[in-house]
Amino acid sequence: MSADGKALIEVKHLGKSFGSIQVLKDINVDIHEGDVVFVVGPSGSGKSTFLRCLNRLEEPTEGNIFFEGVDIVDKKTDIDRHRQKMGMVFQQFNLFPHMTILKNLTIAPMKLQGKSRQEAEATALELLDRVGLKDRADAYPSQLSGGQKQRIAIVRALCMKPEVMLFDEPTSALDPEMVGEVLNVMRELAKEKMTMVVVTHEMGFAREIATRVMFMDGGNFIEEAPPEEFFTNPKNERLKAFLGKVL
Amino acid sequence: MWGNFSEQFYLNFIQDDRWKYFVNGLKVTLIITLFAVLLGVVIGLIVGVIRSTYEKTHKLKILNFLCSIYLTVIRGTPVVVQLMIIYYIIFANARNKIPIAILAFGINSGAYVAEIFRSGIMSIDQGQLEAGRSLGFNYRQTMWYIVMPQAFKNVLPALCNEFIALLKETSVSGYIALQDLTKAGDIVRSRTFSPFMPLMAVAAIYLVCVVILTQGVKILERRLRQSER
Ligand SMILES: Nc1ncnc2c1ncn2[C@@H]1O[C@H](COP(=O)(O)OP(=O)(O)O)[C@@H](O)[C@H]1O
Ligand SMILES: [Mg+2]
Repeated sequence: MSADGKALIEVKHLGKSFGSIQVLKDINVDIHEGDVVFVVGPSGSGKSTFLRCLNRLEEPTEGNIFFEGVDIVDKKTDIDRHRQKMGMVFQQFNLFPHMTILKNLTIAPMKLQGKSRQEAEATALELLDRVGLKDRADAYPSQLSGGQKQRIAIVRALCMKPEVMLFDEPTSALDPEMVGEVLNVMRELAKEKMTMVVVTHEMGFAREIATRVMFMDGGNFIEEAPPEEFFTNPKNERLKAFLGKVL
Repeated sequence: MWGNFSEQFYLNFIQDDRWKYFVNGLKVTLIITLFAVLLGVVIGLIVGVIRSTYEKTHKLKILNFLCSIYLTVIRGTPVVVQLMIIYYIIFANARNKIPIAILAFGINSGAYVAEIFRSGIMSIDQGQLEAGRSLGFNYRQTMWYIVMPQAFKNVLPALCNEFIALLKETSVSGYIALQDLTKAGDIVRSRTFSPFMPLMAVAAIYLVCVVILTQGVKILERRLRQSER
């Protein structure tokens, strides 16, 4: 929790419909600084849509989302400026294939934050070193394995020095032997008290590093608890059924 | 037969320096084609970006509507008719015909280039746009830094093919009395009263140009594929 006790992200009565289909219904969540929030639930329940509403990659159709006190659902808010402080990591990595790794990492800080090339590259190389990929700075994304790509994608978001990191199934597109290297990077981030919102099917990992786990079903969070309690003492019947299937 | 051949050759190319018609005609053809393609790329880029922006975001509704009228009209009428409308009606017998031809063929080519760019932009994975936006780039910056460079690389061979197609299409320039390559052959034919040599020469020159350019495109495509690895 931040010093003044106010949430970093406050979600109030968030709703999202695609046409006549309501995907999210009246969601209310507070995310505090240093929170590592895991979102789990059956596929199609709205997890990605929720996460993508947080940085307005999906436009919410109802409610408000306050990020650092500013309502980012408000059309007048400069969403691009706020997105700079909200890193996002996608299932499919989405690295820029026409740029070297170093360029992938430095283009946003240079173009958006006015960093000099030296500054941006120094930051990028330091972070690359921490994920063990400093020697791949001049490679192109197509020359990397899936696990390497996803570590780069995380670093790309980190280069903007975000306040919060959003992960949408970051390991779901990876071969099993590459999952660990990506989870390691996320584990390090959690240790450094990075605020994180993570959609995943990795239940063991959720149990290990989450501060809170939230269960989404049918477009709303129907149970939320610290990880131990969430996994050992679930209350809701649908959560019990879900855990029965995935554990 | 061979006596006749060399006689004909002399008559159609050497006498009165008639070969100069072909050289100058080719020059005109190449100039018109080159600048028309450049104009076409500029128009096509603007129209293609407007069309794809509308498809992706449903913004620019009115501009998109104007663009689709442009595409329908240009692609629904023969280029030679467009050329004559621009020359005889819009610029009513302007003196300098080459810019008129460049304008007409450029506007025509732009419609086809627009569709090349539109489909090139649409073929870039939506995840690229989302990754750019999630970093804080606005739509325009994301298009400029992330989507367009990839789209441009993908459509480069198609753009070169458009250049090749246009090279042949400019052969109707004679309709506004421009002395392009085709017209040059026609002028020589009308002077020498022998159609075979000049027309074969014209055909051969087009063919050589097209074959060279086609090979160039093939090499380019191979390079682009290699750079993807
Ligand atoms: N762009 C879209 N248009 C229409 N329906 C969508 C769109 N995106 C997601 N949905 C629907 O919203 C529901 C929730 O999707 P999603 O948030 O991706 O679920 P999850 O990530 O939990 O698997 C699904 O039924 C899906 O079909
Ligand atoms: Mg999902």
